[in-house]
Amino acid sequence: MERARRVLEMKGITKQYFGNTVLNDVSIDLCPGEIHALVGENGAGKSTLMNILFGMPVIHSTGGFSGEILIDGEKVELLSPAAAMQAGIGMVHQEFMLLPGFTITENIKLNREPTRKNALSKLLRSEFLDYLDIPTMRKDARTALDRLDLSIDEWLPVAGLPVGYMQFIEIAREVDKKEVRILVFDEPTAVLTETEADRLLGSLRRLAADGIAILFITHRLDEVMAVADRITVLRDGETVAMLNRDEAVVERIAELMVGRKVEKVELPPRDTDPSDKDIALTINDLLVDMPGEMVRGLSLSVRRGEILGIGGLAGHGKLGIANGIMGLYSAAGRVSKNGDNIPLNAPDQVLLKGLAFVSEDRRGVGLLLNEPIDRNIGVTAMQAQHKFLRPWPHFLPALRLENRGELRAYAEEMIRKLDIRCLGPNQPVRSLSGGNQQKVCVAKALALEPEILFVSEPTRGIDVGAKRLVLDLLVRLNREHNVTIIMTSSELGELRKICDRVAIVYRGRLAGILPPDASDAEFGLMMAGRVRKEAI
Amino acid sequence: MTQSSEPKTVESGRNVSLDIRHIILTNGVPILFLALSITMALVAGLNFTFLLNEVITRLARNSLLVLSLLIPVTAGMGLNFGIVIGAMAGQASVIAVTYWGITGVRGFLLACLLSTPLAAITGWLAGLVLNRAKGREMITSMILGFFANGIYQLIFLFLVGPIIPLKSAAMLLPQGIGVRNTVDLINIAQSLDKIWRPVIGGVRIPVVTLLISFGMCVIIAFLMKTKMGQNLRAVGQDMNIAEVMGIKVDKTRIIAMILSTVIAGWGQLIFLQNIGTLNTYNSHEQVGMFSIAALLVGGASTRRATIFQAVAGVILFHTLFVVSPLAGQRLFGVPQIGEYFRVFVAYGIIAVALALHAWQGRQVRREAIREAMLTE
Repeated sequence: MERARRVLEMKGITKQYFGNTVLNDVSIDLCPGEIHALVGENGAGKSTLMNILFGMPVIHSTGGFSGEILIDGEKVELLSPAAAMQAGIGMVHQEFMLLPGFTITENIKLNREPTRKNALSKLLRSEFLDYLDIPTMRKDARTALDRLDLSIDEWLPVAGLPVGYMQFIEIAREVDKKEVRILVFDEPTAVLTETEADRLLGSLRRLAADGIAILFITHRLDEVMAVADRITVLRDGETVAMLNRDEAVVERIAELMVGRKVEKVELPPRDTDPSDKDIALTINDLLVDMPGEMVRGLSLSVRRGEILGIGGLAGHGKLGIANGIMGLYSAAGRVSKNGDNIPLNAPDQVLLKGLAFVSEDRRGVGLLLNEPIDRNIGVTAMQAQHKFLRPWPHFLPALRLENRGELRAYAEEMIRKLDIRCLGPNQPVRSLSGGNQQKVCVAKALALEPEILFVSEPTRGIDVGAKRLVLDLLVRLNREHNVTIIMTSSELGELRKICDRVAIVYRGRLAGILPPDASDAEFGLMMAGRVRKEAI
Repeated sequence: MTQSSEPKTVESGRNVSLDIRHIILTNGVPILFLALSITMALVAGLNFTFLLNEVITRLARNSLLVLSLLIPVTAGMGLNFGIVIGAMAGQASVIAVTYWGITGVRGFLLACLLSTPLAAITGWLAGLVLNRAKGREMITSMILGFFANGIYQLIFLFLVGPIIPLKSAAMLLPQGIGVRNTVDLINIAQSLDKIWRPVIGGVRIPVVTLLISFGMCVIIAFLMKTKMGQNLRAVGQDMNIAEVMGIKVDKTRIIAMILSTVIAGWGQLIFLQNIGTLNTYNSHEQVGMFSIAALLVGGASTRRATIFQAVAGVILFHTLFVVSPLAGQRLFGVPQIGEYFRVFVAYGIIAVALALHAWQGRQVRREAIREAMLTE
């Protein structure tokens, strides 16, 4: 499908953040009137690519990028959002860029308000002192809303409107820009109901028919199939494929999105395999109020002795599960361990019930960075279970001090067992490497002698070698100490490597559970919201 | 949260309920202060003409200072404790004008002219600092005020005399270094007030001063109708969105600070010409606190403040200021109790307003999360 004219070309885009390459030689182009879908997992580089296109400050404050952007065949420098708008690029943001205190009209015309001169603005020659031309603003807003077939009063405040409307107002704003020829939709349907999403896809087609080139970013592959003319798949910052619609199949896209070679290692066997007959933890209708990782009614049963993986795209709530059960974010629902109810929103009680947590926020929640290794290992056990304490003076058992000797001995044992590379138990954890810090976090959880261990993003921010060690450690804990492990990770590869089952979370609910050797396409589809109910 | 769970209709956002509970809940602070003022005025057994005289004088004296707070609130920078910097600029220029011996309205206007660039530059610097302390503007502006006070003292205690040539025995401390603690502003005292001050029903009305305050209200109202005002409001609601929409956030915030500081400088000049003496090292110190307290008493919050609230706040706060020592005198025989009470009230109201601000902020966030959880 070769068309002569390209309204936008991005060629050989490479971007590094602090030495990490997040985009490597990515190219994409757009023709007028075309809908080009950009798909990829979280962290594939879609947002970075769009930030570059939109001239966001975050790009230029981190050293810019290499490669070039051409609009109508001419090279352009997009150094600010204003420059991008000037060049005719409009963006419908994933997060609403709407001011709740303003009316719909004010939001649509935000910073593009038509104005009228007055005596003072003429005198001082300052357009900042021009009056706002409210009637014209309303008229323009009305026209834009009509173009989207939206009959809402344009003078309503945005606060209190249903979410679906907000998305359309966002689009109306871009439509209202006369100069816009390229429109970027960043996951516009993520917050919409199905009917609203259908309506939005209709608007998309209508706009494309008007000759606007549309770049459509989404996770929902059926939407891609419904509207896209061409499809570009990004993975790990590289373009893995560019397909025309007629050669694209959902399964193929899903596979391309996720596809990684999974090195299957032989895991040590167990005496008895975990099964549904022996359930360690039951989660019913869990709601967790964790910003950005909201859990909206998740139910899940965890088999005793298994390693259960929890995967899913960022923002769909996989991180909220452990944080909610452990009481770090406010939660509701029913969680029971061996039929014993686990109180929610009470971190101290949960720890007493034999649950422990290795947080994804290692440096914030997980560790006291300036404290030595031994105290880090012991602190939770001291607080929750009164371990490593001795009464002082002896006749006052209520007064307890840290038992340095016991703590030190335990820390040394842990350092040996987990192979923590350090100068000794006195070393402050701040000076340890990421992998060793993670081991301290695990040791800290082990000091509680948990039956069930939650581990979130255990390999985030540590180097490849250390990743393997941490994963091996989790397997050893599971096999040798019979700890049930619930591991949450953004890296599907590592989940599939060590888990017995992998649960995929989509929009705060369980989408399904897959065996680790399920195909890439199956994982991809499930993460993209193609619900497959049958459990394994 | 306890509302019905049915999805919000489009109309519900507009529904302004007018029941009394709603009015009391949303205007609790001004109503409380009105009640307090009336009670205390009755207790003190005040002559109404006297009270009206006092309140009008204070309205003329203070309203410009309180109005200077409005623009930063609109720009989302909270209550600008940094208006003391503007006050210092005003004082510096009044000292210069007094030294040059320029009298009357001419002297006052010259002081305004001098304070404007001084306040604009210091306001610009303050704006630069606040742009590096986004989200913590209030505490930063307060500390900036203390810091500026240090520089002010350095200049007027140590540099005036040896470095800045000011040769006036009447204004310098006996050893010839530093400005005296009190400077008699005989040249410009009441210069504005006495231009036209008719007495109506026993009440003296400083018409020109009041007109200037009214003029400032008109200017601010005008500003809010312009593109600049729209930018200020947008930045005030959400800096990130404004930035993405191409509004120059940092520049807008700096403009807000400059305007606020300049208006505060003029406000301090009006204040001083009414009082007639300058407490060189103290006059400016309380300006921030008392102006902010007055604005909050008028029902404003750290995120929303209107001209009406500013004017109403000045009237209520200063009514209380006038009546509370007298009520203390009448009730307990000690005016200090009333005095204590009004200082207590000034700080207390700021503390309550800031706590409410934090609490409401959390409430709004919770609401938003709950909403997000319900949408599915």
